[in-house]
Amino acid sequence: MTNQTHSEETTTGLSHNKLGMWVFLGSECLLFGALISTYLLYRGRFADGPAPGDIFDIPFTSVSSFVLLMSSLTMVLALSALQRGDERNNRLWLLTTALLGAVFVGGQVYEFTTFLREGLGYTTSPFSSAFFTLTGFHGVHVSLGVIFLMSLYVSSARGNLHKERAETVELIGLYWHFVDIVWIFIFTVIYLVPSPTS
Amino acid sequence: MTQTMEPSSMETSNGENSHRPLGVYTRPKGGSGWRDWVTTVDHKKIGILYGAAALLFFVIGGIEALLIRLQLATPDGTVLGADTYNQIYTMHGVTMIFLAAMPLAAAFANYLIPLQIGARDVAFPRLNAMSFWVFLAGGIFINLSWLLGGAPDGGWFAYSPNTGIVFSPSHGMDFYAIGLQITGIASLVSGINLTVTIFNMRAPGMTLFKMPVFTWMMLVVQLLLVFAMPVIAVALFLLTFSRLFGATFFTPELGGDPLLWQHLFWIFGHPEVYILVLPAFGIISEVIPTFSRKPIFGYPFMVFSGIAIGFMGWGVWAHHMFASGIGPVSVAAFSLSTMFIAVPTGVKILNWMATMWGGRIKFSAAMLFAIGVVSMFTIGGLSGVTHSVAPADTQQTDTYYIVAHFHYVIFGGIIFGLFSGFYFWWPKVFGHKLSEKMGKLNFWVMLIGFNLTFGPMHILGLQGMSRRIDTYSPGFGFEAWNLVVTIGSFIIALSVLIFLINVITSARNARGLPPIGPDPWDARSLEWITPNPTPAHNFDEIPIVESLDEFWHRKYGSDEDGKVVRVASAEDVCQDGSAEGVHLPSPSYWPLVFAIGLPFIGLGLIYSLWFCVFGGALALMGLYAWVFEPVDDPDVDHHEPQKEDVSD
Repeated sequence: MTNQTHSEETTTGLSHNKLGMWVFLGSECLLFGALISTYLLYRGRFADGPAPGDIFDIPFTSVSSFVLLMSSLTMVLALSALQRGDERNNRLWLLTTALLGAVFVGGQVYEFTTFLREGLGYTTSPFSSAFFTLTGFHGVHVSLGVIFLMSLYVSSARGNLHKERAETVELIGLYWHFVDIVWIFIFTVIYLVPSPTS
Repeated sequence: MTQTMEPSSMETSNGENSHRPLGVYTRPKGGSGWRDWVTTVDHKKIGILYGAAALLFFVIGGIEALLIRLQLATPDGTVLGADTYNQIYTMHGVTMIFLAAMPLAAAFANYLIPLQIGARDVAFPRLNAMSFWVFLAGGIFINLSWLLGGAPDGGWFAYSPNTGIVFSPSHGMDFYAIGLQITGIASLVSGINLTVTIFNMRAPGMTLFKMPVFTWMMLVVQLLLVFAMPVIAVALFLLTFSRLFGATFFTPELGGDPLLWQHLFWIFGHPEVYILVLPAFGIISEVIPTFSRKPIFGYPFMVFSGIAIGFMGWGVWAHHMFASGIGPVSVAAFSLSTMFIAVPTGVKILNWMATMWGGRIKFSAAMLFAIGVVSMFTIGGLSGVTHSVAPADTQQTDTYYIVAHFHYVIFGGIIFGLFSGFYFWWPKVFGHKLSEKMGKLNFWVMLIGFNLTFGPMHILGLQGMSRRIDTYSPGFGFEAWNLVVTIGSFIIALSVLIFLINVITSARNARGLPPIGPDPWDARSLEWITPNPTPAHNFDEIPIVESLDEFWHRKYGSDEDGKVVRVASAEDVCQDGSAEGVHLPSPSYWPLVFAIGLPFIGLGLIYSLWFCVFGGALALMGLYAWVFEPVDDPDVDHHEPQKEDVSD
């Protein structure tokens, strides 16, 4: 990637990296859009397997969703700390964000294993395939985000993440918020909208 | 574009240590020969690489087409068995669309967009190199299937459930799904890269509405890529997971719906049609004004009709599915939207004709191919409108009438357009013209072969000959026309051969001669301000843009009577490429390393996870090294001529 810490002006005034990130997130909308559509088509087709309405543990998922949404707040705090030049707090909030993300992914792993035990395998029904694929893709996105955040943390701990590079944190933040916002849609579609029962 | 030095000396030493944890992360110095090509991040070299690789795939896809035609030349053909036939026609489509037409468009986009907007490179040069290598890796991966138990055999559209393991037990469709996933990464990344380039790197004064039509059409294409590739990615993921992990998306017994594949595929697939054709529209929108000696007629209409096509292209996908039982309301809606999308395309055709109208037309090879697009694409467009009438379409579906239609659009529109671009920009890229005489021969032979091949398919289709079937019985009146079609296809092959010979002989004739002078065609847009062939740094000095057709306006003005007069010679206006020490992005190994990893991950998914480990490690290493190689270390920076650095 070309280096935009240089003072060179761009036509739009946005750096290449930021504009690129926005375009990429636009593309991601269609990725999740297609996956959500697939789930919507198949949510009532559970063959002989468990039905979504029988198996979801909404209070549990609500808690883990809350954890994920709070991580957006800590992400903002991390960026604002670095923009003020406060590298210590930046590291603290980066770590907290990564931790909250990891808790969410951990919750998802727990949820998946529980479902598996209750008879909802990946190949059980179109519903199960669509459910695991959609939430799995989201989980992979969160996990990648955690890796990005930890890379930022390591970079900062080694003394390479200064105020001038706050935009890097901002870009990872954009990605992180996007993944959170997508979860709001997924959570609504999968858990909040009343699901068919068997 | 160097990194500014860190403010304090202490930080500088810190920064340098972390930038170079190991010596291996220093950047390659360019060098010469193949090393230069595999590490290049120069958009022009990447454009040439795209073009060369895509032409190779074009020839492979062409040979597959000839095999299809040999099989169908006579009734009860025995050249290919049914199984081989399925593989050949599938790979013909896959190769031509994903490995020939799209990368050829990418070749033009890469080479020309930075030049047309007055930039020195694309926004992300290393990502650009990565796009090319990933595309090539994906193309090779798909074609590996020929050697590993059989190519994909479910058609390029891969309709479910034909592509499930029950009906397609070989690994062919796995190679299809994973291979297209890989080339999809290339398209998506390139789409983001070029979108940012066009929005962010325009020369001073170049507002969006002073951009050449080619760049405009390419912008629409990149945005279509950005939004269409994730949809095919999801479709391919569903297919891959169904085949490899037993997911039940397309298992009707459990409630899986094969129509889901069709919807996802065509939501990608119809924008894909415009991803393919808009580059050709862009190319001829540059060629026709140049050789008609007139500005393009109705520039804003050309731009807005392109944008309109880009938007409306998302609302017509189900016209590929009229025969699949989607219900009368859907059919009526998509029927109407399909009729509407003919309007902006019609606007373009009329504008090209109005551009030519009253112009002093010079029938160069490039212009002939461009006129070929206008006329042949119109025929394809008209047969397309007949599909929008759903009752007629139900009759035409799955017959050779459809094959005729989309080849008039794809071959008559896209391939003719790309050839027009070859003849037009060849001196820009290689410093010598292709032989005009052979170019004209190339055009006429191709035009005749094309119409002999695809014209009769209309009749065959209306007579009821099915597509995708490996043979036909005598006695249905198909014999004569099929023979004509086969003869026509070999005439097309001859025309491509003429082109390739032209490429070789023109290069040979130009050897030892000085490069062609500036402005060989009396052209209009900014890329011609640079000398031919384009120097590595593109522009000696970034031009300040004042008008649409900036280059032309620098050459021509008007006298007191308002008549157009030449005010400057091309030599006066063009830069001579003599600038020295311009900072250019350094070459890099890592895009290639990353790209090599991906097909191994694919092989691992199909055969053994050990390949995955190896490929994943390679890709990760590429990414890690990529991130940590110095952004632009002045010490190892790649300067074009070895002179003092003047840009800082």
